[in-house]
Amino acid sequence: MAKVFIYPATSLILSDLVARFGHTPLSAAMQIRERVQTAGLESPPLQITPEDPKKGLKYAAVEVPSGVRGRMSLFGPMIEDADAAIIVNDADFSFGCMGCARTNELIAFLIRKKGIPVLDLVYPRTEEEGVEFVAAIRVFLTGLEGA
Amino acid sequence: MAEYTPRYVGTVTKYVFVDSPEMTPSDLALRAYEISRGVMIKETCFGLQITGKEEEVDAIIGQLRSLDPAHIFVKDRGFPPGDPRRCRANLGGARPGYYGHEFELTLIKYVSKGLEELPSRPADSVPKPAAPKSGKRLDVHKLKKIIDSQES
Repeated sequence: MAKVFIYPATSLILSDLVARFGHTPLSAAMQIRERVQTAGLESPPLQITPEDPKKGLKYAAVEVPSGVRGRMSLFGPMIEDADAAIIVNDADFSFGCMGCARTNELIAFLIRKKGIPVLDLVYPRTEEEGVEFVAAIRVFLTGLEGA
Repeated sequence: MAEYTPRYVGTVTKYVFVDSPEMTPSDLALRAYEISRGVMIKETCFGLQITGKEEEVDAIIGQLRSLDPAHIFVKDRGFPPGDPRRCRANLGGARPGYYGHEFELTLIKYVSKGLEELPSRPADSVPKPAAPKSGKRLDVHKLKKIIDSQES
C-alpha cells in the first residue's frame, strides 16, 4: 500500500479513487485533523499556530509570505512522506489568494523535484473522458503495488 | 489567547457523498443508522458525515459503499461535524471548502461512468487521457534581454 499525495489536496474524486484502488491518499484533511485534535492555545479557524510558519521555513525562505509557509507546514511533510503523486492540473477552484497560488506552484515544484512517480491529469468533461480518467488512475496505482 | 481543548480526540470524520439515480442521501442515512452501533452519523444534503473510531467508520463505509459502489464517494474530513469554526450555522452561507466539493460533484457523474464501464472493457481498448496543456512559457534569458533592452 503506497502513500499517494493528491493535488488538489482537498479533492473528493482523487481521495476516493486512491482509497478505492487500495492505497492511502495523503490529503489536507489529515493534517488539519491532527491540529484540530491537539490541545494547546486556541488559534481559529484551522489551529495553525505561530509555530507552523516556522516549520514552513524548511520549504520556503523567510521572506516568503507567512501564508505560504503556514500552508507548507501542512503540505510539506505529506510530500516528504509520499511514494507517488496524482496531480489534476486544471483545478481552478484551488487557485484562491496569492498565498494559495504560490503554495500550489511550490507544491508542484517539490513533487517533481522529489522524483517520485507522478500522474498528470485534467478533470474529465465527458463520459468517455471519465472512463479514460479512471483507467489512467487505476493503471498508475496498480503499477505502484509493492512501493 | 484562550486555552484550546479539542473535542472528539482519537476519532476520524469521513464524508460520504452519494450521487445516484437510485439512492438519496436519506436512504443512505437510514442504512447507516441501522448499522451504526453508536458511531455518530450526521445526514447532510449530499450524503453523510460519519465520526467515530477509524476501524468502526471504515467498517460502516465498506458496507455503505457496497450498496451502490460506482455512485458513493468517500473522503476524510479534518473537523468533526458541527464544529463552530466550520459549521455554517455559525458562519452563515456555504462553509469554506464546500465550493471545491460543489465543483467536483458536477463532474462526478463522469467518474461514476468510468467506474461502471471500466471492468467491462479490455485494458487495451481504453485510450490514454488527454495530456494537460503545457503552454510555452517565456524563457528567463529572453525576459532578461527584454528588461535589459528597456533599461538601456
